[in-house]
Amino acid sequence: MTTVRNGRDEIEMTESLAHEINIDIGGVPILVRTESREFYQILQNRYGRFVNTAAPPVFAFDVDVVPLDKITEEEVLRVRFAGGRCVLERGDFYAEFDLASCRGMIRQAANPYGIDAALRVVHSLLLAQQGGLLVHAASAVRNGRAFVFAGVSGVGKTTLARLTPPDAALLTDEISYLRRSGDAYVAYGTPFAGELGEPGENVRAPLAALYLLAQGSENKIEPVEQEQAARSLLENVLFFADDPELVARVFDSACELVKRVPVRRLTFVPDYRVWELIV
Amino acid sequence: MNPVYIARSKDVAARSLEGEMMIMSAHNSTLFSLNDVGTVIWEAADGQTSLEEIVERKVGAEFDVELGEALKDAENFVRELAAHGILLLADQPIALSSATSKEHS
Repeated sequence: MTTVRNGRDEIEMTESLAHEINIDIGGVPILVRTESREFYQILQNRYGRFVNTAAPPVFAFDVDVVPLDKITEEEVLRVRFAGGRCVLERGDFYAEFDLASCRGMIRQAANPYGIDAALRVVHSLLLAQQGGLLVHAASAVRNGRAFVFAGVSGVGKTTLARLTPPDAALLTDEISYLRRSGDAYVAYGTPFAGELGEPGENVRAPLAALYLLAQGSENKIEPVEQEQAARSLLENVLFFADDPELVARVFDSACELVKRVPVRRLTFVPDYRVWELIV
Repeated sequence: MNPVYIARSKDVAARSLEGEMMIMSAHNSTLFSLNDVGTVIWEAADGQTSLEEIVERKVGAEFDVELGEALKDAENFVRELAAHGILLLADQPIALSSATSKEHS
C-alpha cells in the first residue's frame, strides 16, 4: 500500500499495482502506478533522472495501458477543467485527475506521450496555485545561477541548449519550471525535452535572469520594459485551463516574476560565443 | 448627452508595471496595456463617478489637455474597453457587486 500526502491529509491507495515509480519534478513527487512492465520500463528510461524513492508522493496516477488503438475521438489535446477536476483527451490517450484528492487515471498505450502530457498539465496547475510558472523555454545553470531562454518554436531554444558549455548544466531545452521562493524564483530541471530529445539535469538554482530569444547577426543583450517582458512571458507560459481564477493567478505570477527577475532580450548568432554573454 | 458611468469588470486581472496598467481578460486571456491617461481613467472607474467627472477631476488635473477633446477621447476609450468586456458602462451608477477587478501595483 502507498500513502500519498497532499498537504491536508494522507490518502491511502489501497489496491496494489505491480509497478510504481515516483517522479519528482520541481520538488513535487508524483507517483505513477501501472500493471504493465513494458510501460514501467518506458517510465524508467524517460524519467530515470527524476525518480525519487525517498520523498512521499503528493499526487498519484494509475495508468491503464491498453493496445494502441484510437482511445478518444479528439485529434488535438483537449483539456477541460472545472471544479478542480481536469480531463485530458487526445486520440491516443484519455486522462482525468482531481486536484483536491490528488489522484488521477490515464488510459493510454505503452508510450510516454499520455503520461508526459498529464504531468505537464498537472504541474502547470499545481504551480499556478503557488505563484510559479511552466514556461516554453530552455534553461541552464551556470556558476550556481539559473538562466531561462524563452521563445516560440524555431527561435533557437534547442540550438542554444546544444551549445551549452561544459561548465553549465542544462535544465531543459523545452519546458522550464519556475517556482516562487520567498521574494525570488528557483528554476528546476525537467524531463520535458524538445528537439534535443534529452531530459534536463535534475538540479535547481536561483533564477538570475530571463532572456527573450531572437536570432540576429550579432550577439547582444538589450533591456526590456516590464510591460513587454510580462507580455512576452505570458505568450510563452504553458497553461491549459480556462478557469478565470487560475488565469488571473497566472497573469499575476507573470507580472510578479518580471518585477523581481531581470528580463532581457538576447539576440544571438547560433554558435558557442553566445554563452560568453551568459555569466 | 446622458452621463456615462464606468466600472472595472470583475472578470479581469490588472497590474501596474512601471506605471503602465496591464489588464488580462480572465475569460479569453486577451491582454491590454493602457497608457498613462487610460490608466488614470481605469483607476477611477469605481462605478459611482461619471466619466465626465473623471475627465474633469483626474485627467484634467494630471495632464495638459483640452477637456472637451479629452472627454471625447475618453468616451471612445471606454467604449472600446467595454466592447472587450474589460469595463462595464451604464447611464447610471453601477453597483460594485457586479464589477471591480482585483488590482495590484
